[in-house]
Amino acid sequence: MAKVTKKMRNLRDGYSSALIKLGHENENIVVLDADLALSTKTKRFGTVFPERFFDCGIAEANMMGIAAGLATCGKIAFASTFAVFATGRCYDQIRQSIAYPELNVKIVATHAGISVGGDGASHQMLEDIALMRVLPNMRVIAPADATEMEDVIPIIADMPGPFYVRIGRADAPIIFERHTKFKIGKAKMLRRGNDITIVATGTMTAEALRAYDLLKKEGIKARILHMPTIKPVDKAALKKAAKETGAIITCEEHSVIGGLGGAVAQAISNEPVPMERIGIHDVFGESGGAWELMEKYGLTAKNIAKVAKKMIKKKG
Amino acid sequence: MHDKSLIKDLQRKALKIRKHVIESVYRAGSGHPGGSLSIADIMACLYFHEMRHNPKNPQWEDRDRLVLSKGHACPALYAALAMAGYFDEEELKNLRKTGHFLQGHPCMKKVPGVDMSTGSLGQGLSVGIGMALAGKLDGKDYRVFVILGDGEIEEGQIWEAAASASHHCLDNIIAILDRNSLQIDGPTEEILSLEPLPWRWRSFGWDVIEIDGHDMEEILDALHEADKNKRPTLIIAYTIKGKGVSFMEGTLSFHGKPPSKEQYIKAMSELEQAEEELNG
Repeated sequence: MAKVTKKMRNLRDGYSSALIKLGHENENIVVLDADLALSTKTKRFGTVFPERFFDCGIAEANMMGIAAGLATCGKIAFASTFAVFATGRCYDQIRQSIAYPELNVKIVATHAGISVGGDGASHQMLEDIALMRVLPNMRVIAPADATEMEDVIPIIADMPGPFYVRIGRADAPIIFERHTKFKIGKAKMLRRGNDITIVATGTMTAEALRAYDLLKKEGIKARILHMPTIKPVDKAALKKAAKETGAIITCEEHSVIGGLGGAVAQAISNEPVPMERIGIHDVFGESGGAWELMEKYGLTAKNIAKVAKKMIKKKG
Repeated sequence: MHDKSLIKDLQRKALKIRKHVIESVYRAGSGHPGGSLSIADIMACLYFHEMRHNPKNPQWEDRDRLVLSKGHACPALYAALAMAGYFDEEELKNLRKTGHFLQGHPCMKKVPGVDMSTGSLGQGLSVGIGMALAGKLDGKDYRVFVILGDGEIEEGQIWEAAASASHHCLDNIIAILDRNSLQIDGPTEEILSLEPLPWRWRSFGWDVIEIDGHDMEEILDALHEADKNKRPTLIIAYTIKGKGVSFMEGTLSFHGKPPSKEQYIKAMSELEQAEEELNG
């Protein structure tokens, strides 16, 4: 069963170990980076497979185009940099040269979200899910921990066409101790409950699980839905949750506009229930300690539990 | 010196491309005749002589690739592809029409023979580099041709790509710059000056060849020379926007505007007359 363990592992480590394994299995795997290969940890792939690793320098737009060109020739191209550069700086390259021709490029961005910490707003990407989600042909995934990251990478390598995978900078607790069968577009119900549904994506799923424990102490049974695939979102699980629990909270380290919250609201808009979106409320971030910022912006189990109780009260 | 009959044949092909450009843009009621006409001779040389390709197998792994980075000139590309046999020439009449596959800018998913979807300027050279790198990885000897507009190279991404092509010593990429000296808002040297062009590219590690982009012999010689180079090559093809139609030549107004009915008739008759003269 999924639980927040004391073991911490960086999702970027999950990424690099999955890449190296894939590299051994499939010689069409190529990896590109834009002078952040030590931070994204793609450099590890480059050390093992130097001929299939391209550090494109601080030229992200060119990197996306090169990845597209490699993909037209049968390569499975993983392109990595920080989320802010990958999606914001290269939106047009991704739109025109990757998503529109539906090329086999996997954009794996690190350092997403406010927990980037000290670097501040310029580097805290809070709009990337929104940007990628609106692109036709693009699928968007935010894994919860390093184990799930290792599950996701080979699956998207096997599925033709573009993907966007976003992970953060900070170490994150292991939630899944064992490898599970990851399915694109499927939510994972981590806790059963019918009082309220908490939908979380990325590393916010750990906070949702912690919120479950807090609520349980007060006799509230929340349903915890981990939604690693934000696009395509699991509509069936959401509709069922709306019907059976009558209230939904979404949790994401992203703007409440256009991300998981937006996707969930759109999914249940024909059968709506009261909803609250926990995330960053239409502001830029700021410098600070990762955890201090998470607390300041309400991205904690405590705040999720507080919002849940308020909603249940309203429900009557 | 090239065989006279080859030159003549390519000139005929180029005229036919020009006729298709006028016809398809006229029927579409929109499109970009000026920059399509300026690359007609280059397209004829590439698709009917220089490039290794097979219209019966558009996805042939060993084919030479072509990225039309200045995607708005696709009427010339579509004409060449149709004439080569990738699809029925009749389809050219359905350019830009609802429910038909010839999009206003190249779409590789819809049009057989189109190696890359383009349209947003400045992106094609990067894609060409990816193709060239894949060729090196796979030990294949195909070449990658990238057609650039001159206004297009004002985009910063072009220079990122220029730097990376020479960094990777890509001798299998040949970029051809359609130097017609006009962009939508005016002459390039007035909008954002590009000169000294050869010097700029050489400083980025490219071999540069300068030619008259309407002279078949010079185009063929340049392609031949580029093939032998050990570095990425840029062919600066000095061209005339609207080449082949008197009232379109060197004008800005036909960058992105179709001819009227009268202009269409006049253009076609000029091109037919040129064909007759060529056939002597």
